[in-house]
Amino acid sequence: MTVQSTTPQFKQNTKDALKNANLQTALRDTRNGFVGKRAAAREKMGVDEFEGLRDAARDLKNHTLANLDVYLEMYEEQVRASGGHVHWAKTAEDAQRIVLDICRKADAKTVNKGKTMISEECGINDFLAENGIKPVETDLGEYIIQLRGEHPSHIIAPAVHVTVPEVRDEFRKAHTHLDADRNLDGLDTLLKEARGVLREKYFEAEVGITGANMLIAETGQSIIVTNEGNGDLSQSLPRVHIVMASLEKIVPTLEDSATILRVLARSATGQDMSVYTTFSSGPRRATDPDGPEEYHVVLLDNGRTDMIGTEFQDMLRCIRCGACINHCPVYQTVGGHAYGWVYPGPMGSVLTPSLIGVEEGGQLPNASTFCGRCESVCPMRIPLPKMMRHWREREFEKNLTPSAMRYGLKAWAFVAKRPWLYRVKTRAAIMALGLLGRRKGRFAALPLASGWTGGRDMPAPEGDTFMAQWKAGKRP
Amino acid sequence: MPPTNPRVALFATCLVDMFRPSVGFATVKLLEEAGCEIHVPEAQTCCGQPAWNSGDRETARDIAKQVIVAFEGYDYTVLPSGSCGATIAKDYPAMFDEGDPWRIRAEALARKTFEITSFLTDVMGVETVAAEVPRLVTYHDSCSGLRSLGVKAQPRKLLASAGVSVREMEESEVCCGFGGTFCVKYPDISNSMVNDKVTNATATGAEMLLAGDLGCLMNMAGKASRDGKQIEVRHVVEVLAGMTDTPAIGEGQG
Repeated sequence: MTVQSTTPQFKQNTKDALKNANLQTALRDTRNGFVGKRAAAREKMGVDEFEGLRDAARDLKNHTLANLDVYLEMYEEQVRASGGHVHWAKTAEDAQRIVLDICRKADAKTVNKGKTMISEECGINDFLAENGIKPVETDLGEYIIQLRGEHPSHIIAPAVHVTVPEVRDEFRKAHTHLDADRNLDGLDTLLKEARGVLREKYFEAEVGITGANMLIAETGQSIIVTNEGNGDLSQSLPRVHIVMASLEKIVPTLEDSATILRVLARSATGQDMSVYTTFSSGPRRATDPDGPEEYHVVLLDNGRTDMIGTEFQDMLRCIRCGACINHCPVYQTVGGHAYGWVYPGPMGSVLTPSLIGVEEGGQLPNASTFCGRCESVCPMRIPLPKMMRHWREREFEKNLTPSAMRYGLKAWAFVAKRPWLYRVKTRAAIMALGLLGRRKGRFAALPLASGWTGGRDMPAPEGDTFMAQWKAGKRP
Repeated sequence: MPPTNPRVALFATCLVDMFRPSVGFATVKLLEEAGCEIHVPEAQTCCGQPAWNSGDRETARDIAKQVIVAFEGYDYTVLPSGSCGATIAKDYPAMFDEGDPWRIRAEALARKTFEITSFLTDVMGVETVAAEVPRLVTYHDSCSGLRSLGVKAQPRKLLASAGVSVREMEESEVCCGFGGTFCVKYPDISNSMVNDKVTNATATGAEMLLAGDLGCLMNMAGKASRDGKQIEVRHVVEVLAGMTDTPAIGEGQG
């Protein structure tokens, strides 16, 4: 693993997150923005049409995954035919090496970057910096967190955990060439300043790295969608363009990409389309007015093909819209960094154990109430709670479930499988508890229940059990 | 046409059995008013959801078999819970492989298993309940009932028929943070979530907070009482059956 995770410390991470006042402010401020926008976009399109598109998108990706080898080869052939290069990276380390080689050959000092989560997964920024190459993030959110020395807390809104005053402070600290007393009130002012600073950097870079929202097998094109246009400048101004993409981003045809595009932005930000949708078709041709001289695609596996044929295959349908994250009440409570690795929220809770191992990432699929809100908004209809449950099964099989939980479950199961014993045991416990709690109706503390009573009371039982009263002839 | 005098097996659920039998009796009352013949199979304990959601498939399957045997002989199985209802109606079939005879029995039971408000309206065609409860309430849509079983309009329709006014809270469809074992595995997150929920509920100014699942209700009632918030927390069937004279959840008997 190239990017260190703090996922095993998930519980501590969440405690810290709950105490972080700035983070809590940022989470509260953004809590219902994406949720409301997605709902409005769905209504605007027409619920039936939108739901039908979700079915079509799911079916399209299922077909693609069932024929992944065919489409990947077709894609590679098309990229080669257009004069580009495809590099297969089995692991994140392979991807690092490939990117570094290309940068060295291009004699790069500076690399501009459009937003790419695959680069995050491979730890490209740190790796390039260690090797004397300066990575410059050009997406505003990514730029902000790069200044702060952080990683994204959200896959489409990387700096969503940062408040506006914090951004202002960061800009004053970083942009020392500007007047120290300048006015930085208002979002527009901040945006303008970032744009001004970043514009100059576009012309310095020898290499531009972007991600890909999709790869099209039929045409060999890669697609990025952005709202800032930074991706276009990052990929068309430098001499060399590197696309970093994971191999499940493939779709069969240009037409198919339209199906995904129609659900992508609506699910993500509630836009009909992102502001910029850019198709890259290889290096600059003789007749093109601009574009890179070299076009490289780094196709990352990093554990994904191992998911094929398992109960986690459906996760490979994910198009990284972030809808599950936006709608997750656990994410809304603790933010993305608490998840401890690259991908937060429900999609991260399924993907992380797949990519870094359940021993390391096993906390995440447990940290869900299975409320199902994620699945209800996923444009690709990925059964996220079901897959989190599958991870819990794997943990149970591997004896990774905490021992207190295991023994508790065993003792409970022993009784629950014997109704007569269950009657006796539950009745004895409940009557005692009922007697103790009847006057106040609740307990402020109970032995073995501090998890519950730490923040809330435990309502007392009414007295006798329903089953005993029913048997004794009580009726309403 | 709604069925005539169906033989309905009541699955009280473990939490109702132990903590709030009055929810069981309220459910019986509503089912009787709707013309059902009530049976309470003796062999019921828990639906097995804690095992299923903890990754212990074997225990979950054993308990499912026990429930299938105890309940398959009736016309319907009805529960005062969307969560346990969804375990039987949605999860039981998934516990057994295709071709396993238990799969067929699980599917058969799943088809005739319903959450109480959904059973009354969707199966029995109940339009109005007998009770008259002119109170102002707010309603929390418990997750499994809402998303797995489509319980949303049914309780509201029945409440309206009892003269109850429902004032909707912000985020009524967002999880309260109970989540079964989640609330003790991740108490800090759970506590923050239920804090949001109770804040939204009390902000409506409603006298009562209702829901259809006792786990969520105990979570919300426990938070409201800890924080000194005045709101009467009850299972929706208590109101629909006109049985609101018992102390509310978490309320003392004086």
